[in-house]
Amino acid sequence: MTDAFQHQHAAHCETGVMSAILRHHGLAVSEPMAFGLASGLAFAYLPMVKINGLPLIAYRIPPRMIIRLLSRRINGLSMAFRKFRNPDEGMRALDRLLDDGQVVGLQTSVFFLPYFPQDMRFHFNAHNLLVYGRFGTEYGISDPVFSHLVSTDAESLQKARFAKGALAPKGMMYYPVSVPAEIDFQRLIPKAIKLTIKVSSRRSPMPIAGVNGIRRVARRIEKLADAESRYANLFLGHIVRMQEEIGTGGGGFRFMYAAFLQEAAEIMASDLLAEAADKMSEIGDEWRLFALMCARMSKQRHGDTFASIAQQMNKVAQMESDLYDLLSVYR
Amino acid sequence: MEGETKVIYARSDSGRIETAQTSGWDVEETVLEQAIDEIHRQAKEAHTRAVTGKTSPLEFHMYNQRMDLAMLAQAVGRFQWLVKRDFDPARFARLSPARLERYADVMGLQPDILQTLPDRYD
Repeated sequence: MTDAFQHQHAAHCETGVMSAILRHHGLAVSEPMAFGLASGLAFAYLPMVKINGLPLIAYRIPPRMIIRLLSRRINGLSMAFRKFRNPDEGMRALDRLLDDGQVVGLQTSVFFLPYFPQDMRFHFNAHNLLVYGRFGTEYGISDPVFSHLVSTDAESLQKARFAKGALAPKGMMYYPVSVPAEIDFQRLIPKAIKLTIKVSSRRSPMPIAGVNGIRRVARRIEKLADAESRYANLFLGHIVRMQEEIGTGGGGFRFMYAAFLQEAAEIMASDLLAEAADKMSEIGDEWRLFALMCARMSKQRHGDTFASIAQQMNKVAQMESDLYDLLSVYR
Repeated sequence: MEGETKVIYARSDSGRIETAQTSGWDVEETVLEQAIDEIHRQAKEAHTRAVTGKTSPLEFHMYNQRMDLAMLAQAVGRFQWLVKRDFDPARFARLSPARLERYADVMGLQPDILQTLPDRYD
C-alpha cells in the first residue's frame, strides 16, 4: 500500500489531505471537489477572538469541519478519529497503523515541524498532513502544501502533534475505515451548495458571516482612518495574510470554489453552475485587487485610502451576494 | 521562502480554472514581512527592557518564539495575569523547575535557555 502512495501538491492542507486519502483508496476526488462537497467556502469576522491582538478573519469554515463534514456526507465513507492524552501512546498507535500499511492523517502544529521554512513557522495548531511510512526514526510525510515529500524525526513530530494552546491537536489522527466505490454526486452537489448559500448569503441570520461579515469588515476598515497607523497597517496586512498566504489557493479560496463549481457544472451538466463558476472566478480577481490595495497602502504608495479599500470590499460583498442569489434557485 | 512553491487556482489560457505552481506574489511577501517585522519589534523591545532589568527573559523568549501573552497563557493553561506576573525578574528567578519546564516546553526551548538572555538581539 505505502509504496503505491502518490503525493499530490495541493493549495490547502485540510482539503489536500482528504483528497489524497480518498484518492489513495481508489476514489477520485479532486481538492476543489473535496472543498465544495464539504461546503468549505465561507467568510467569518470574529472581532472578539484575537490573534496577536488582531481579530480573527477566515475565508472558510472552521478547522476540522471539512474532514468531519466530508466523512458525514459521503455515503459509505467511515473515518476513524482518535485523540490521545498520553503522547507516547499516541506515537505507538501511529506506529502500529503505519506498520499495517495504513496512510494516516494527523492534526499538528506548524511551529514544531522542521521542514517548514523558518518564516512560515507560526503557532498554528490546526495544520493537517499525511504520514505514509516509517523509516528507522524518521517519518515519511506527505504534506499537501509542499510540492515534494518531506520527513521529520519522531521527537519533532510528537511535539507538533501534542502542541498546547488554541485548537490544540491532542495527537489527533484519522484514517478511513471504509471507503465507498463511488460518490453520489447528483445528491451531494446540490446539498453542499445549498449549505454554502445558507451560511453566506445576505439572508444569513449571522451578522459576522458571509456577505454580512464582509460588509462589517468594510465598515471597520473605514474607521481605521482614526486608528494608530501601525495598527491600521497590521490590521490590513492580517486580512491579506488570511486571504492569500495561509494556503487558500489564492483569493481567499474563491478560485478553489470556482474550480469546484466548474467541475460540478460538468458532472451535473448545468449551465447555471458554469455561469456561477465564471462569476466566482471574477470575484476571486476582485479579492486579489483588494489584497493589492492593502499592500500598497502599507507601503504608502499610490492613492489608496481606507475609504477606497472599504469601497472595494463592499464591491466584493455585492458581487458575492448577487452570486449567492443566482445560485439560490439551483436545486 | 527557501525555494518552496505553492499551489494556486487560476484561469488558464483555455478559460478553465486549474492549478498552477507559484513562489508567491509580492503582495504576500509584503504582508508576511510586515508580520515578521512586528514580531521582531516586540522581541527587541522586550530584550531592551530585559537587559535593564525591567522584565524577565520570559517575555523576550515569548515574543522571540512568535507567541504573545494570550497564546502563552493558553498554552500553559494559566490566567494571563499569572503569566504576566512571571515577567517580574525577581519572581522569575525564583520560579520552580517544574514551572520553568512548562514554559520552555510550550515554546520549544530548553529550560536553561529560557533563563538566559542573548547579549545582542537585532
